[in-house]
Amino acid sequence: MRIRTLEISVGAFMLAGMLALVLLAVKVSGLSLKAGGETYELNAYFDNIGALKPRSKISMAGVTIGKVKSVELDKETYMARVVMDIDQQIDNIPIDSTASIVTAGLLGEQYISISIGGDEAFLRDGERFEDTQSALIIEELIGKFLLGTVNKSE
Amino acid sequence: MMNSISSGEQHSNENRTDNFVEIRGLTFYRGSRAIFNNIDMDIPRGKVVGIMGPSGTGKTTLLRLIGRQLLPDRGSIVVDGQDLADLTRDQLFVQRRKMGMLFQSGALFTDLSVFENVAFPLRIHSQLSETMIRDIVLMKLHAVGLRGAWSLMPSELSGGMSRRVALARAIALDPEMVMYDEPFVGQDPIAMGVLVELVRKLNQALGITSIIVSHDLHETASIADVIYLIADGEVIGSGTPEEMLSSTDARVCQFMQGLPDGPVPFHFPADDYQSDLLSPGV
Amino acid sequence: MKLDVLDRLAQLGQSGLGHVQSLGRSGIFLFLAIFSRAGFSGRGALLIRQLYNVGFLSLIIVSVSGLFIGMVLGLQGYSILIRYGSEGSVGQLVALSLVRELGPVVTALLFAGRAGSALTAEIGLMKATEQLSSMEMIGVDPLKRVIAPRFWAGVISMPLLAAIFSLVGILGGVIVGVDWLGIYEGSFWSGMQQSVDFVDDVGNGMVKSLVFGVVVTWIAVFQGYDAVPTSEGISRATTRTVVYSSLAVLGLDFILTAVMFGEL
Repeated sequence: MRIRTLEISVGAFMLAGMLALVLLAVKVSGLSLKAGGETYELNAYFDNIGALKPRSKISMAGVTIGKVKSVELDKETYMARVVMDIDQQIDNIPIDSTASIVTAGLLGEQYISISIGGDEAFLRDGERFEDTQSALIIEELIGKFLLGTVNKSE
Repeated sequence: MMNSISSGEQHSNENRTDNFVEIRGLTFYRGSRAIFNNIDMDIPRGKVVGIMGPSGTGKTTLLRLIGRQLLPDRGSIVVDGQDLADLTRDQLFVQRRKMGMLFQSGALFTDLSVFENVAFPLRIHSQLSETMIRDIVLMKLHAVGLRGAWSLMPSELSGGMSRRVALARAIALDPEMVMYDEPFVGQDPIAMGVLVELVRKLNQALGITSIIVSHDLHETASIADVIYLIADGEVIGSGTPEEMLSSTDARVCQFMQGLPDGPVPFHFPADDYQSDLLSPGV
Repeated sequence: MKLDVLDRLAQLGQSGLGHVQSLGRSGIFLFLAIFSRAGFSGRGALLIRQLYNVGFLSLIIVSVSGLFIGMVLGLQGYSILIRYGSEGSVGQLVALSLVRELGPVVTALLFAGRAGSALTAEIGLMKATEQLSSMEMIGVDPLKRVIAPRFWAGVISMPLLAAIFSLVGILGGVIVGVDWLGIYEGSFWSGMQQSVDFVDDVGNGMVKSLVFGVVVTWIAVFQGYDAVPTSEGISRATTRTVVYSSLAVLGLDFILTAVMFGEL
């Protein structure tokens, strides 16, 4: 009888531990069975990527459609090359779409937002966004503002 | 066919000397201090051997050496015709089944009941059925007079009782030799009498070779066939209890008659008493 | 004077050699404990008993501490982040700090205090009462019968306890952040899910806790096995277990963090 209680307690403990792990996976890290599915790569070159990092999200109309795979400096052009993993299901991004680096809130994390273009042709695996918009650097912005060089029409 | 069997028997007979344990030239150091310095000792088969000596002379160490829980620095220990130094780990465990050991504290496993403690060696070393194990355990407990205590936990036993349970455990596998480490220390006279009686009974009824390490002179002398007296890492005397009591050797005399001062000095080695007292700076 | 210096040097060398020796001994010990084939029946039952002692009995202290730490994180995170108007990131803050750092580290520290010290004291006492010696004389290797089940129980329990700690901590953060302070629940969870990656954060946290489990249990069982078999020796060994494992956990945490998250 005592052995039975012992085994039940241990079983409950193991179960609780594994359940905790599963909950951490599903509820906390948002891991779903679909995630980690098929993706394809797109590139974009930016003058300045600010605080963009691998695993930053890529969103379109506010919906996350992928994440940044890697960030590196292109030695030829001195621009930042960002490789993105895009969900395979989103295979209809027009080639004249714009990739811009934006900030969530005033001090939030930075991510890439894609605004849709109007072209009939779609971006394929390995291709690049021609039109990009760099990160907004607050210090530069303030500097410009103080010197009165901010273009009012912009 | 017949030949091979008889020659095998002959071979084992050659190995079976009169001595269950033979110690030759045993030297053992702890740190830089020699616990044993080149000692020889024979434990005759089927006899009760008392190993005596002042406290701190490494008597317990000797039992551990015979059980090969320690390895000697020099010399050989042969148990039942097998040199312990030659044994592989597996052979050693086979050899150890021939020896039971009763530890000073009893050393019962505190997380197991009395019954399970005695059953422990049987479960490890035999494939006996549960009912067989039960019968053997109750027989062994009966032999030490504690069959009624089978369901108790070790913490519920008195010192004398736990030593008797430990004895039942030590003889569970019917060993050929039992080593007793200070079996009489800290026992009341009744428990002591019971233990002495048990040792004698086990030896006479089952022919178990017994080694008793002790400094309780009276009890040991009453059951031992041979006594070895150890001091300063050497055997300073051996013989039957009567021979030892009538020995003329000064060191043997001092121990056997319990004199406070003699060749084994009362005082720890120190500087000259007078100069120690008179010297100003300490 | 010169002799004195030489003596000191020799002494230093001796004590250094002593430390190296004890490290070597404990390494051999670990190897034997891991790879000893348990050649007797009923080792499953032994492991279960130890899982109960080491894991189940640590459950309460681990979950209660997890709850409080999560609540404190929620409170602190809120009071700081509200100044920047980004209190929605509280979930992210709580989850990341628990899953990456506090879960494995605090659980390991609690584990060393709760289970490690008990292991050391128990094994040390078994040594002092000659139970280990008598086991050897009966022909059972104490490394298999006593050490191995305890070691494995510790290694198995630690990641599970760390996972429970993190989860309960996040629940504590939810209670404080969402229920008491009124952070919008949606942004709390979505912020958390966006920033926590299963492999990089949860996975690495689990790897950490596994490493800590090995180290803490190793230290605990070895200190017990190597203890001087007197009451003073056992108390010193127990203290050493807690001190050494805490230092080892914190030091290793730095190294592991640098390896796992350092490049970012």
